[in-house]
Amino acid sequence: MSKVLILAEHNGTKINQSTAKVLTAAKQLKADTIDVVLFGNDSGLATQVAALAGVNAVKYVQCNDNHDQLAASIAPTIADLGKDYSHIFGPSTTFGKDVMPRVAALLEVNQLSDVMEIIDANTFKRPIYAGNAIITVKTDTPQIVATVRTASFAADKSTDGSASVTESTLSTAAEHTTFVELSTGNSDRPDLQTASKVISGGRGVGSEENFQIVYDLADKIGAATGASRAAVDAGYVPNDMQVGQTGKIIAPDLYMCFGISGAIQHLTGIKDAGTIVAINKDGDAPIFEVADVGLVGDLFKIIPEMMEKL
Amino acid sequence: MKILVAIKRVVDYNVRVQVKPDGSGVATDGVKMSINPFDEIAIEEALRIKEQGKAEEVVVVTIGSNDSQQQLRTAMAMGADRAILVETDTAVQPLQAAQVLLKVIEQEQPGLVITGKQAIDDDNNQTPQMLATLWNRPQATFASKVEFVEGNKISVTREVDAGLETIQVELPAVVSTDLRLNEPRFVKLPDIMKAKRKPLEVKAIADLVPAPKGQAIEVLKHEAPQPRQKGVMVETVDELLEILKDKGLVS
Ligand SMILES: Cc1cc2nc3c(=O)[nH]c(=O)nc-3n(C[C@H](O)[C@H](O)[C@H](O)COP(=O)(O)OP(=O)(O)OC[C@H]3O[C@@H](n4cnc5c(N)ncnc54)[C@H](O)[C@@H]3O)c2cc1C
Ligand SMILES: Nc1ncnc2c1ncn2[C@@H]1O[C@H](COP(=O)(O)O)[C@@H](O)[C@H]1O
Repeated sequence: MSKVLILAEHNGTKINQSTAKVLTAAKQLKADTIDVVLFGNDSGLATQVAALAGVNAVKYVQCNDNHDQLAASIAPTIADLGKDYSHIFGPSTTFGKDVMPRVAALLEVNQLSDVMEIIDANTFKRPIYAGNAIITVKTDTPQIVATVRTASFAADKSTDGSASVTESTLSTAAEHTTFVELSTGNSDRPDLQTASKVISGGRGVGSEENFQIVYDLADKIGAATGASRAAVDAGYVPNDMQVGQTGKIIAPDLYMCFGISGAIQHLTGIKDAGTIVAINKDGDAPIFEVADVGLVGDLFKIIPEMMEKL
Repeated sequence: MKILVAIKRVVDYNVRVQVKPDGSGVATDGVKMSINPFDEIAIEEALRIKEQGKAEEVVVVTIGSNDSQQQLRTAMAMGADRAILVETDTAVQPLQAAQVLLKVIEQEQPGLVITGKQAIDDDNNQTPQMLATLWNRPQATFASKVEFVEGNKISVTREVDAGLETIQVELPAVVSTDLRLNEPRFVKLPDIMKAKRKPLEVKAIADLVPAPKGQAIEVLKHEAPQPRQKGVMVETVDELLEILKDKGLVS
């Protein structure tokens, strides 16, 4: 008899695909009811969620502006609504990771972080030690609060749902926290977290200027771009491109990386990729242990050759 | 102002952990243990704030076994003024850790609490958010920059999926660190000697929180992740492209 409440994520105008992935996970609980709570100031967002098949009701909580979606502001409302549910699920994105533990604390339960597999309504699998071990965990608290590892579940692509929408106004906005700004590394390329193809570069690319050839190749095949932490730290690329344990965990059909050695923290982010292609000039680089296709060579020769032949 | 830094002793990040054959856990015997890397960054940030004259004292706290004294000594060798060990022989989960840390906060009255964003053993990423909630104070998670602004506020830049978000929070508050906040200093030998004389207080967990609220999540088994299928090495770009074309990944 599971009743699930999902926390929706959006960027102000569009529902993030993480919501549809959490929905896929929720459906695996064989729940009686799946409802979604959404905080925002555009009712069009509620319409987008209501179209997802399997959603029963959308609880649209109107905020003055999107920045009222701060964790401290919305957690009390989610926890309050959540008392009527057996499961409260959020995405394991930076948004979900920020707010869901607050919800769990208010409900006096530990959170299940990064659920990767649902065994039954009380039993789940999740990774620990950067994915080097998988644990099966069990909990039977009246409310189970979890973040869902989005790379482990396919997005629910349905659009023929007809959930009801109820509207209320946020009453728990925090006074002690204010939003100042969001700076995004805006690009026209596909979104790294949802792209079917990703091309990424590491320290081996050598500089911000050199990254241009990585971008060119990505554009040629319509891929999103990613990077290792070393490339971000060195200032070659913005932080939102980082893939790995502390960056984005992704599961594209194709992941092709250049000049990345394959540290475990990086591999954590890509092990659900369909096909991993590695290009590195060092034949002993650990990335070749996980690559489906490996090519030893200089990326500055290989990328131009690929550009010519594609 | 006093800064409280919460640290955890974990398997060193360079160790590739192995699941025990009977699935009861991961092998930790004889494995190198260290301060959780995010917590080292938390210590460094607290020290820098003190060095700027914005704090008088940096106190480190950990909840863990007696062996965690090593990590507290390392933190004091980096420059922390004193340390508190809340001793327990069993692992604590985030909700319990947050309740214990709250008790320490009540005793110490810090103006700022800095933690790591996640402990790299259980990868929970919950304790600081829970602590801020129980304390009823603001949180600024995944920090890559912390600056003091007018009055009693800090401005924190946060690493989020979309890029960098800046928020302002009133103090006292909980800040959790991301990797790019700073680069922790190396400890020097004389500092290790000096740290031996700094105060380290040991408290029993049951004295601080005799009856923690909430139920622990039960771990049924550990297993190694599914290995990926063995791949192939190719010699030329043509061979590579042929494979990708066969799989329909490029045209
Ligand atoms: C707690 C923690 C969390 C972390 N989280 C992450 C994370 O989320 N993501 C992440 O990526 N890292 C993370 N790291 C860092 C990680 O350990 C590695 O340091 C990092 O991934 C290395 O990046 P790299 O492979 O680009 O650099 P390097 O390891 O320096 O490798 C560069 C590679 O480029 C190759 N190369 C050089 N020149 C060329 C050329 N011309 N052509 C072809 N190949 C070339 C070299 O042979 C080498 O293998 C984390 C570390 C810690 C401690
Ligand atoms: N046992 C502990 N003792 C002290 N601090 C802890 C403990 N566990 C977690 N923390 C702090 O909380 C952060 C996040 O941990 P976690 O929620 O377990 O991923 C860590 O980086 C530490 O700063």
